[in-house]
Amino acid sequence: MTTATGHAFDVAEIRADFPILGRAVRGGRPLVYLDSGATSHKPRAVLDAERDFYTIHNSAAHRGAHLLGEEATDVYEAARVRVAAFIGAEPGEIVFTKSATEALNLIAYSFSNAATSGPEAERFRVGPGDEVLVTEMEHHANLVPWQQLCQRTGATLRWFGVTPDGRLDLSHADELIGDRTKIVAITHQSNVTGTVPPVGQIAALAHARGAVVVADGAQSVPHRPVDVAELGPDFLAFSAHKMLGPSGIGVLWGRRDLLEAMPPFITGGSMIEVVRMEGSTFLPPPQRFEAGVPAAAQAVGLAAACDYLDALGMPNVAAHEEALTAHALDALGAIRGVRVLGPLTTDHRGGAVSFTVDGVHPHDVGQLLDELGIAVRADHHCAWPLHRALGVQASTRATFYVYNTHDEVDALADGVRQTQRFFAPV
Amino acid sequence: MQVESMYREIILDHYRHPHNKGLRGPYDAQVQHVNPLCGDEVTLRVALKDAGGEPAVADVSYDALGCSISQASASVMTEAVIGKTVREAMDISAAFLELMQSRGEAEPDEGRLGDAVAFEGVSKYPARIKCALLGWMAWKDATARALDGTGQAHDGDIIAD
Repeated sequence: MTTATGHAFDVAEIRADFPILGRAVRGGRPLVYLDSGATSHKPRAVLDAERDFYTIHNSAAHRGAHLLGEEATDVYEAARVRVAAFIGAEPGEIVFTKSATEALNLIAYSFSNAATSGPEAERFRVGPGDEVLVTEMEHHANLVPWQQLCQRTGATLRWFGVTPDGRLDLSHADELIGDRTKIVAITHQSNVTGTVPPVGQIAALAHARGAVVVADGAQSVPHRPVDVAELGPDFLAFSAHKMLGPSGIGVLWGRRDLLEAMPPFITGGSMIEVVRMEGSTFLPPPQRFEAGVPAAAQAVGLAAACDYLDALGMPNVAAHEEALTAHALDALGAIRGVRVLGPLTTDHRGGAVSFTVDGVHPHDVGQLLDELGIAVRADHHCAWPLHRALGVQASTRATFYVYNTHDEVDALADGVRQTQRFFAPV
Repeated sequence: MQVESMYREIILDHYRHPHNKGLRGPYDAQVQHVNPLCGDEVTLRVALKDAGGEPAVADVSYDALGCSISQASASVMTEAVIGKTVREAMDISAAFLELMQSRGEAEPDEGRLGDAVAFEGVSKYPARIKCALLGWMAWKDATARALDGTGQAHDGDIIAD
């Protein structure tokens, strides 16, 4: 196809960059991978970047009195600059973590650690009477850390509900976001329904009340252009492995003034300024939040993934996925007995399509699809409360990325029909 | 299809027409087990009786939400253990666990397992083993509680609630 920016978005060419897409699965069938929402595959450029780090520069970044140590530090810090540019941020605002999950926990633990920190951390203190606001559509990674923060501090957890069609229910927004609200934590795209909530609108309401806004970008940053200034939160978490990068590294972006005032979460080497037996002082951000030897090879791999995605053009990536999603909504929606969860159009909706099949449990749907070489996820997708709110126990989920084709969407729909025949009552 | 080695006809039969489904009383213990991966759940009751000085399984009933494998396995389990002494039933349960952990390599003992041998194919799909074990593990837990008196026994004649 020719894209919005006039370049050819050649899926066949893209697929050739992903070695794993060449392998066969059950019964020698080609792999139809519709589970990128769980983890994406890696193009050769990312694999090569990681390997090059190990074969050429391998050393502990930010330590070592030798050339390799300098090189490792240089490429690690260059990766920070690259990732910052990917989301329109300053390099000093990029903290490398283990995962998006760890990034979200980092914020939550900074808030509770503020209770025993100096006056600079005052604005992060929460306790009885304060409220933490989340949504019912969160991935457990952006829910459980806030539940735990409330448990540790005595703050109260509140949440936005969802409408029957899987949108955020904003009808009580003015009541939910009040003077007691200290934190608003919200997904930038549901990993189940693909719903894209109005993060900017909610951030504006929250900021008017002095609350801090945390956005979970694990399902948005890989799939469409994200500019943190435009989006409007104070923090954004995402992970490399869902955006063609390596596993083992995630990113926390935070506004500089907030990061500077935040107490650390994980402590140890790399993050200290002066250590005495009586106590220690800490480096400024981002180093304050990066205890231990940095995951430099993974950071370099992530930077290569940013290069790869930017070469495709994130608007083109988003357009390709929107076309696949529209196709999937049509193809699945046309099957009697299939219920698609969440919005039925691509309006403010990304490429996660979860559905139920009457009379067939999602595990059984997933198993039959697997038999046909089609990889999907089948469970509650780490979003149990959302499933409960939508009145289902679990669902089958297809998620799309740069390497997926329209033929694969058709294969999915055919597979669902075969599954229905297999489990039809006798 | 290869997958038919897992979805054997007897499994699909039990799935479509489950045995002993629907909670009933009296019982000596009730437990609720959940598969945290998918949210599948089973509520299961066990009633014990005395069989010549040895505890035996008088009744097992359950209510469950889940996939074909977990539903069929719970159904087959009730047929396998009701009427056996607890010792015999635990032995069958151990044989089933062993079969599930065999990765399709075991020679299943049909004498001990009865219809449960049909689950042999499941052992080749590691992601589904927990499904097959859900009902069996609930039964084991409920029986242990019934034996040590922590099962919140109920004497009444309870219709499914």
